[in-house]
Amino acid sequence: MSKLFSEENRAAFSKPLNLDNPVVIQVLGICSALAVTSQLKPAIVMGLSVTVITAFANVIISLLRKTIPNRIRIIVQLVVVAALVTIVSQLLKAYVYDVSVQLSVYVGLIITNCILMGRLEAFAMQNSPWPSLLDGIGNGLGYAWVLIVVGFVRELFGFGTLLGFQIIPESWYVENGGWYMNNGMMVMPAMSLIIVGCVIWAHRSLNKEEK
Amino acid sequence: MATKKFKCELCGYIHEGDKAPASCPKCAAPADAFTEIVEAGAEAPAKKKGLDTSSNTYTIIYASVMVILVAFLLAFVSSVLKPTQDANVENDTKGQILTSLNIDIKASGFNVADEFKNVQDMLWNGTELVPYEGKFLSSYGSAIKAGELHVFVAQAEGETKYVLPVTGRGLWGGLWGYIALNADKKTVYGTYFYHESETAGLGARIGERWFQEQFNGKPVFAGENTEAVALKVVKAGASKAENEIDGVTGATLTSDGVSAMVQDGLSVYLSFINN
Repeated sequence: MSKLFSEENRAAFSKPLNLDNPVVIQVLGICSALAVTSQLKPAIVMGLSVTVITAFANVIISLLRKTIPNRIRIIVQLVVVAALVTIVSQLLKAYVYDVSVQLSVYVGLIITNCILMGRLEAFAMQNSPWPSLLDGIGNGLGYAWVLIVVGFVRELFGFGTLLGFQIIPESWYVENGGWYMNNGMMVMPAMSLIIVGCVIWAHRSLNKEEK
Repeated sequence: MATKKFKCELCGYIHEGDKAPASCPKCAAPADAFTEIVEAGAEAPAKKKGLDTSSNTYTIIYASVMVILVAFLLAFVSSVLKPTQDANVENDTKGQILTSLNIDIKASGFNVADEFKNVQDMLWNGTELVPYEGKFLSSYGSAIKAGELHVFVAQAEGETKYVLPVTGRGLWGGLWGYIALNADKKTVYGTYFYHESETAGLGARIGERWFQEQFNGKPVFAGENTEAVALKVVKAGASKAENEIDGVTGATLTSDGVSAMVQDGLSVYLSFINN
């Protein structure tokens, strides 16, 4: 048991959450961070789906790593990811139809998420299944928290709601005689890049000494 | 590097190392008196254990096997799950039609399939409504193109309502919707819209009830002119005339798509609406 959670393995899990975060430090997966974060709920679901798929893909590639021909390794990784994503989306359609309608394009977007390919190539190809699983979960969650932060800010200031519930009191709004207006900028895709930029800024100044 | 063995031809001394010693420590013979001992079986340089994973043959076989396996796996998953998925889609479509009639299908204990038994699937043949006998359709784009005009007839609030399917295009993909008209066919009773792949939080909000409910009670035509559909979606907050609906902020193209879909979709049914 202690071997399973050795220092190295714990690092594989915890580093991507903070010091080696795929979005904040490596700036991967920015495209989907832009597309799905205008509201909190899709951001959470996307974060979790990526976590699940990264974990599985990492384990599968790690099991196959000694047999994969070097010259077509990227293609093999892509096939594994695409097959996994297709199966997951089929399962969602059959058993949780509501969720699959809500996710619509995001499930497909997972295939093109650079974090997945990055982890498969950089970690799973060299490591055994158990650390790869931890690394996959760690990176997925590292990606998820950034998405959730961005989604939180954008939904709160863009719509005045969180997860669809009104947070900013209706009486504050200009229409109801108040002084407040939703910030239309927050709804625009470009805003997510600015927020990710702010997150990176905050994260770097907090971790200055550790580098 | 495995060490090689060298034998002194003069005294038989065996030296182990990478090359022969400068002189034999036993009989002081010079280096060229030594000959290398080649052990049987070790003549060829040792082959790497297992398969050569970078050879062309291996690569091609690996790729083919992988593709065939994955293809079978996906085909298997798809065929096993297909009936469940189709049932879900059909149920979902029925739910959408019911939603356009302002029925809350999310209410607990609500059974879409049971409730849909009160809705008749009819066809408009240009002069009258005839019952539709075929299999329930889950999308109406191709049916409308083929001139097969479905009309769902339902009873609500004590009068007959007609639900017309419409389809169109948004920013990224297809849009579809169901527009329920009151018995006079000139005002909207309720609507339902959904999309294939509009942007979450922007275009995708046309699927939310607050947007759809804006249509309720709106007249389809402006004034007495019943030849041109006047109902349309305008920029958010810009609706003035009674035919105009507020679009979604930040999703002008999707809103325009809904507008075109409503106008084109209802225009196809003009002969029914004016009947």
